[in-house]
Amino acid sequence: MTREPLELSVAEAAGAIASGELSPDEYFEAWRAAAAGDELNAYLWKAAESSAQGDGALAGVPVAVKDLFCTEGIETTAGSRILAGHRPLYTATAVRRLAEAGAGLLGKTNMDEFAMGSSNENSAYGPARNPHDRERVPGGSSGGSAAAVAGGLAPCAIGTDTGGSIRQPASLCGIVGLKPTYGAISRYGMIAFASSLDQCGPLTRDVTDAALLLEAMQGRDPCDSTSVGIEGGVRPPRGEDLKGLRFAVPAELAHDAIEPGVRGVFEATLGRIEELGGELAEAPLPHVEHGISAYYVIAPAEASSNLARYDGVRYGARAATEGDVIEMYEATRAAGFGDEVKRRIMLGAYALSSGYYEAYYGRAQRVRTKIAADFAAAFAEFDFVVTPTSPSVAFGLGEKTDDPLAMYMNDFFTVPMSLAGIPAISIPAGAAAPEGGGPQLPVGFQIAAPAFAEQRLLDAAYVLERSLGA
Amino acid sequence: MIEREQVLHVARLARLRLSDAEVEKMAGELSGILAHVDRIGELELDDVAPTSHVVELENVLRPDEPRPSWPRDAVLEQAPDPANGAFRVPSPQAEA
Repeated sequence: MTREPLELSVAEAAGAIASGELSPDEYFEAWRAAAAGDELNAYLWKAAESSAQGDGALAGVPVAVKDLFCTEGIETTAGSRILAGHRPLYTATAVRRLAEAGAGLLGKTNMDEFAMGSSNENSAYGPARNPHDRERVPGGSSGGSAAAVAGGLAPCAIGTDTGGSIRQPASLCGIVGLKPTYGAISRYGMIAFASSLDQCGPLTRDVTDAALLLEAMQGRDPCDSTSVGIEGGVRPPRGEDLKGLRFAVPAELAHDAIEPGVRGVFEATLGRIEELGGELAEAPLPHVEHGISAYYVIAPAEASSNLARYDGVRYGARAATEGDVIEMYEATRAAGFGDEVKRRIMLGAYALSSGYYEAYYGRAQRVRTKIAADFAAAFAEFDFVVTPTSPSVAFGLGEKTDDPLAMYMNDFFTVPMSLAGIPAISIPAGAAAPEGGGPQLPVGFQIAAPAFAEQRLLDAAYVLERSLGA
Repeated sequence: MIEREQVLHVARLARLRLSDAEVEKMAGELSGILAHVDRIGELELDDVAPTSHVVELENVLRPDEPRPSWPRDAVLEQAPDPANGAFRVPSPQAEA
């Protein structure tokens, strides 16, 4: 072993463990010690010892898990006060599958409350911080997972993505984040935010590790009837060039508010795709610009329904009241939920209420159809659609907390793929200074592919990653 | 523009108690968000079918056979106010 264990990718470490060059206990302990030094508020809970067992593909590998995943007997809060102290009776399928592949739980990571946010500032337990600049956000909602991997506190992590919650923090922290096709990985045991959109995925140092984690987690699960898995599975990505592959750039990108630095990195990456033999062309995706509008009706509508279960009866906190059961519900939810969660419940309940249902929820669902049709039309001619992952680099803590709509605009490029249910990956493409000046910060590049084309997506991302890193 | 009364109505539907300050703030914020969302009102969508789910869903059935559930004690351990092997709640009486 010529390199320190913490410098190894997950694939390299797993290989070294399998060949006996690296002791799984020492490897886990090294990561446990790294996680113990968390100054980024990335973790809400840290393992005291290794739970890794067996000799699967991830034998001995520690994984940081977003606190949205239920872990049997281990506190699971979803970043909310209302679940403080909650110890689930069961483990999420995705986490169980990682354990079956030999991985051990390293810790539970910080997140925006119930996965609602793009900055991690909506956590009831304080924001996680961006390792590149601690006065800036790591993105969200899987901000703790991204900060842990980028900050050297975990070799890999999993998160969830409803409208960009894996890809955007990966972009802002300079790591790889993959949102698989809806249905690739079971949602069982993933605390629900918007059930028609929520999907689990990996946050890793490189594309190969993302493929490794995806393969361990994907598959049909009898506990989630919407899970179908990826036919044929996923092998480690490979490829030398992008010859014969066609990349679509949405024609509407030109009109959108992208920071100049982000645009520069995006255009340089397009140039690299051409150098690698890929073909580039503009393609119309006219409804994608309405993604935010549709998403911020559909996701809150589903959330208002999903979060009805937090009523202070079966689990979680209950507020002390003198009154009747309705007063208890109202007081419990008032005390247990943070501002953004209340805002989304209100937005969703309003959009679903009598007299407004068709104007908001009904129309949003029709826009969703149009967005999916835009992608289908693009994929009839192209292999991939590419965009910047986020319109900006990491912004300052507190910079957007007073303006919900400005915060929602962070999701501009990630929401359309979620609405269409298709896979998309963010890979680090370079660095740029924020619009107002400041340090160079990571910029992500997003590649989207047709449903269940994860292998093709990972292969292309791998080729591009190697070229950009060279 | 969302009025104060609408905010209170929706809060009641959602079982959320909001302070006066929260009601004011919520009215402004929801109005701002919905003003943006209202742009989809300009799209021609009459002949478009709604999408509620992207995966083709068929009914998924299983045999209706009894099987062990979680132990009652373990479930109640997570409850804020268990009593007599059940979840205790304040009386609904006053609401009637």
